[in-house]
Amino acid sequence: MLKPIRPESGKAMTGTHISVEDGPESLILCLRGDWRDGSGLPDSAFVENLLHKARPNALIRVSGREITGWSSVLPAFLSALRAECAAVNLRLRLEHFPEGVHALLELSSRRSPARPVTPERRKPLMAINSRRVGPWQAGVNIAGAVGEVVLGLFAAFQTSGKMRGQDFRRQLLEVGAQALAIVSLVSFLIGAILGFVGLVQLKMFGVSIYVADLVGIAMAREMAAIMTAIIIAGRTGAAFAANLATMQANEEIDALKTLAVSPVEHLIVPRVSALILMMPVLYIYACAVGIIGGMVIAIASSDITVLAYLDETRQAVAAKQFIIGGMKSVVFGALVGIVGCYTGLRAGRSAAEVGRAATSAVVSCIVGVIALDAIFALCANALRV
Amino acid sequence: MIGVENLAMAFGEKVVQKDVGFTVANGSVFAIIGGSGCGKSTLLKHMIGLGVPSAGRILYGDRDINALGDKDRNRLLRRFGVLFQAGALWSSMTVADNIALPLELYSSCSPQAIEDIVAFKLSLVGLEGCGALMPSELSGGMRKRAGLARALALDPEILFLDEPSAGLDPVSSRNLDELIVQLRECLGATIVIVTHELASIFAIADDCVFLDSAAGGVIAHGNPGELRDHSKSAIVRAFLNRGEFDATKLGASSS
Repeated sequence: MLKPIRPESGKAMTGTHISVEDGPESLILCLRGDWRDGSGLPDSAFVENLLHKARPNALIRVSGREITGWSSVLPAFLSALRAECAAVNLRLRLEHFPEGVHALLELSSRRSPARPVTPERRKPLMAINSRRVGPWQAGVNIAGAVGEVVLGLFAAFQTSGKMRGQDFRRQLLEVGAQALAIVSLVSFLIGAILGFVGLVQLKMFGVSIYVADLVGIAMAREMAAIMTAIIIAGRTGAAFAANLATMQANEEIDALKTLAVSPVEHLIVPRVSALILMMPVLYIYACAVGIIGGMVIAIASSDITVLAYLDETRQAVAAKQFIIGGMKSVVFGALVGIVGCYTGLRAGRSAAEVGRAATSAVVSCIVGVIALDAIFALCANALRV
Repeated sequence: MIGVENLAMAFGEKVVQKDVGFTVANGSVFAIIGGSGCGKSTLLKHMIGLGVPSAGRILYGDRDINALGDKDRNRLLRRFGVLFQAGALWSSMTVADNIALPLELYSSCSPQAIEDIVAFKLSLVGLEGCGALMPSELSGGMRKRAGLARALALDPEILFLDEPSAGLDPVSSRNLDELIVQLRECLGATIVIVTHELASIFAIADDCVFLDSAAGGVIAHGNPGELRDHSKSAIVRAFLNRGEFDATKLGASSS
């Protein structure tokens, strides 16, 4: 950037694009050369420094006689100079500038600002704070969202309900059947990893067969439910949030409201109810695939047979483990559905907000799933189940 | 000079226009007009390189935009300023950042000079003091004017405007017309404009083409005022006079 020239009385200062002379009556600025583009061109910071020491009500004469080429940089500079002169009560006279420069300056000064108040630019930390709500408010918001969804569920399944069967069926397909591939892959690998790690340790004690107990209980009680919930949070929760945020940005949700259709009933209820219904199904499926994953490793790495492994699993994994896991999956499904939809509906009306909504939904869902799992563990411990 | 030669445009199987040809003189305001759905905006998108023609050429001087290598094409694109129908502002940036981005990428101005230019461009379109707003905080008309300020950021030689007056009040629309004329006079820019606004067409356009979807090409080319009064095509006269046309007189299809 050009260093500011500070004129002293009567002394001429010369730069590449500008020279300044402090005369008895006026300050004379002579602009010269090519003003089309370049890092050395003077800017408003230069103007501010230059006019700082000018006498009140002095005349600033600016000559463009020696300018050889110009672009918007020149009128932008003169515009900043004009604004600064007006601010510090100086008179400005422009001489020998191309006609186009005068025309553009006149055009810019003629237009009254659309909104005269310039909003204060928020600092990043303030922006973060403004988006944050306190824990109490967050709790109230979530309770409100849950309440709305529960009421919407009741309303939707009445005969006068606005939920369409085809929406519900499409959601069942999207959140259930279309998630099978990723759930299979992850559950198989989790089962296999548990089996492998367990087998290495159990072999040392000569009780390799207990790997079936380890994999079966871990999958049924914890891993199948929690991994399915995390997969669904990343896949379906984000999709819900992005989908609803895009609808918000395109005024599609406003269009629903003007038809007196509740967005909760029409958009959230099919999604949440489909997730609540499909999560236990995905959980059972993930348990089965995980147990098979552990079995494949056990058979490949030890002398355990298929029948022995399955028999051991049957004896070790009690029905209550599936009940606990199944209950978790229902709660996790409701959480992911409500948080995903709620985040989408609360998004702003721009493309950037769609991205923010998807990110926020995934993070909130995963944190929520893990927190709820901890609460489940505490409750199960207290109830000795 | 911009030349469009035997241009055919299609979306897959659906042919939008099959033979479009005209030239745009340097420094002129050139309007592309026609009924809804005739392919005006599609033609504009082809002219700025966003669409690939099924046939024909779009020439800037003697260079076909679709035959240029990446480097030359990017250099050519930097001579364009484009105002899209809904403004197309980048929603994650403030209005000022939207205008500053092309300057940061392609000029060697200092950050302070860029800030000055941004403020000046905003004042040109009547949005002085709105630089810190996010696009989502702007009204439809303001968004359009901010889009115009962004299109002007690099002092383009050719300015493409897609429905610039749509959604603006009559006074803002007249101011925008005036601005377009001033820009042409001050910067010597060539302006290609897609519009339905008859007042704008007559106020600012030196030349225009009328596209017709049934004919699959240009059915009239000339000064808008002359076409309004003397075009041989009843469709064109009806369009430019805001009137009904007599379907029995559709035989004559070119001016």
